[in-house]
Amino acid sequence: MTCWQCSEIFDDLFFCPKCNALQPPPKDYFQFFGIRRHLGIDVAQLQTQFYDLSRKLHPDRYSRKSERERSLSTEATAILNDGWRTLKDPLERAEYVLNQEGFNIGEQRSKDVPPELLEEVFELNMAIEDLRDGDASAKEQLRSAQQRFAGMMASSNQDLEQLFVRWDSEGGKDPLAAIRAVLNRRRYISNLIRDAEKELS
Amino acid sequence: MSSFQIDFGDAAKQRIIGIDLGTTNSLGAFMDLTGPQVIPGENGALLVPSVVAVSEDGQPIVGAQALKMLTTSPDRVVYSVKRLMGRGLGDITEELKLFPFHIAEGSDSVIQLEVGGRVYTAPEVSALILRQIRKNAEAFFGEAVDQAVITVPAYFNDAQRQATKDAGRIAGLEVLRLVNEPTAAALAYGLDKRKQGIIAVYDLGGGTFDISILKLHNGIFEVLATNGDTHLGGDDIDNLMIAVALEDIETEWGINIRGNQEAVQTLRKAVIEAKEQLSFAPAVQLSLAWEGKTYQRELTRAIFDHLITPIVDRTLGPCRACIADAKVAIDQIDEVVMVGGSTRIPLVRSAVEALFKAKPHTELNPDEVVALGAAVQAGILSGDVEDTLLLDVTPLSLGIETMGGVVSKLIQRNSTIPASATESYTTGVEGQRNVLIHVVQGERELAKDCRSLARFDLKDIDPMPAGLPRIEVKFLIDANGILNVTAREQRTGKEQTVEVKPSYGLSDEQVEAMVLESIEKAEEDFNERQVREARVEGERVLAAVQKGKQSDAWDELSDEERATIDLAMNELIMVSYHSDHLLIHDKMEQLDQVTRGLAEKMMNTAVGVALKGTKIE
Repeated sequence: MTCWQCSEIFDDLFFCPKCNALQPPPKDYFQFFGIRRHLGIDVAQLQTQFYDLSRKLHPDRYSRKSERERSLSTEATAILNDGWRTLKDPLERAEYVLNQEGFNIGEQRSKDVPPELLEEVFELNMAIEDLRDGDASAKEQLRSAQQRFAGMMASSNQDLEQLFVRWDSEGGKDPLAAIRAVLNRRRYISNLIRDAEKELS
Repeated sequence: MSSFQIDFGDAAKQRIIGIDLGTTNSLGAFMDLTGPQVIPGENGALLVPSVVAVSEDGQPIVGAQALKMLTTSPDRVVYSVKRLMGRGLGDITEELKLFPFHIAEGSDSVIQLEVGGRVYTAPEVSALILRQIRKNAEAFFGEAVDQAVITVPAYFNDAQRQATKDAGRIAGLEVLRLVNEPTAAALAYGLDKRKQGIIAVYDLGGGTFDISILKLHNGIFEVLATNGDTHLGGDDIDNLMIAVALEDIETEWGINIRGNQEAVQTLRKAVIEAKEQLSFAPAVQLSLAWEGKTYQRELTRAIFDHLITPIVDRTLGPCRACIADAKVAIDQIDEVVMVGGSTRIPLVRSAVEALFKAKPHTELNPDEVVALGAAVQAGILSGDVEDTLLLDVTPLSLGIETMGGVVSKLIQRNSTIPASATESYTTGVEGQRNVLIHVVQGERELAKDCRSLARFDLKDIDPMPAGLPRIEVKFLIDANGILNVTAREQRTGKEQTVEVKPSYGLSDEQVEAMVLESIEKAEEDFNERQVREARVEGERVLAAVQKGKQSDAWDELSDEERATIDLAMNELIMVSYHSDHLLIHDKMEQLDQVTRGLAEKMMNTAVGVALKGTKIE
């Protein structure tokens, strides 16, 4: 990188080693935090890093500096905050990596019912209809469906954890495709949970 | 002869003051070596009532003087203008029922208020209040003050923040930062002394309510979540009590005095006094004397509590939502800080204590704590306060209107700011030159239920087949909680022109015009400061000469010399009443000239005494 202020050429992150001026920040979150791209992140360590970087980059520290540095500080802190928000949450983090690797959610989002859920969805809709028709016993059915969904979410957490470890060690497209499928499934299930909750309340 | 080179060093640094621009009262504070201090105003009063009046000859009057006029000529006075900041005519129907705002013609995009024959926007009224605080600060420091940190309710939206920033600019202040009031209060409490922990700040002011939950971490104040209601406060309690009393009066006297502003304002004053006393006394007399009639009622705390319970309850919903958003359990909250005049009310305190299961902090004056915190933030910006850093959040989600009026959220509420999001846009028709983006703020699914912030017009797109342009739009919420939008065409890398049409508030041109107008006022202010400084200097010189007249040297002067000095003194006293600082300096100089002989003789006498002193030894 070439320093915008003193034209020094350097490799450091954020600051020119010669004149100390704040530099345009990297946009990639992993690069920004100075960590390799992986999914099994140590969040406590990332938080320490977040606080340290906040102290160095926050606009409050640049109020007496040049216009250029002030705007760079706002830009850098925005990326820092967005990055921290994204990387600290395993689901957001996975979405971020998937997006970078070309596994976007795309247009279809969660409309397609994952095949293994077809039966569950059918039963849930039946129960909801029954409840609306005044069949109070359907309430029980909804509650037990809710519990099953919660169980599915919990087990998908474990699936994700294993897939994270796999991608971190071997890389490649396969684990990512599997993660994509789990995330879609989760999205679908959480919609079902919400539907059931709405009917019960 | 050698001369000194004085190195001013840090002293040359510009001073930044902190200002709490409140619904009921405003005040300024600054940072000294011992910590944040309040800046005293005229007559030593600390609080400046946020009230503006217009005198018979069209001059604005600010503060205590204006407040007094409220009961004598209410149509010349405006108060609680903070409730109108950044709002459109459509959202103030409730306010108009309860406050005597006179809306002028042409209030489509910005509300125009008529006050005593003059027309002001809400930011202009706020600017008059800010100008008063700035004047107080300049008189106190004896130097120009141009930079400030101003506080806003945490739950203020973009338009309300922008309006506050505009007010600062109109008052001739460079607003270096808008700080959220509850966060400022946390800074003032110096809770960073406790290295770790979670604290809640409950801020019930004159017109706004905020709740914020913060995590402390070695000097970093990280806001986890914030919630509130920008139209809930002590004002609402007053209005409720007034409504009850008016009804009572109507039953007793058989007449309706609602239409008489003088009577209503006199009653309002009595109600506020009663409310304040009830924080200490178990019962008070509420009385109104009007046109020979007297109304009197005993008001016990039990009745008062019963009356205001619905209002206090309205604060608890946002508290619970905030705790949920912060993802903390109630028993994890270590401390609760109380801010705002309305937290003096015992019922408010007990409700907060019951909800948070913790004894609330009330050590600092709830009217001053926000301004003190603003001063701490000013210290952080100037570099004087080094280890403390505030990480605040945006209170409301930011989204864009998509097909069918549905909101697509870009930045979630309670995101740490600065925060950003990018979206890609393209054209739908061949040769399309513009793309319009409607940005809203709020939590609802449909754009019509959210708060419209602005329409951004991406202009002058190079004519291309439909779908080919790739315009990346960056939405950035800065450290003040204010939205900035930039756009770039990805293929060409060309910066795209973005025209902003704010839904509510002043355009840049309007603010600029008001700033220009206020520069003239600033010159008046500057002159006034110079006059004040000259007067102080003159008084010092007069006191010195007066002291000289007591000395033996005075008697050694000829009658003529003594008469010349007396004349020069009188002249200086006379011109001190004028507002021409040059004239005051002239007369000071003249007095200095004619007292040289006296000064010399005094010196000799002093030396003589000193010499005699040595001899005796």
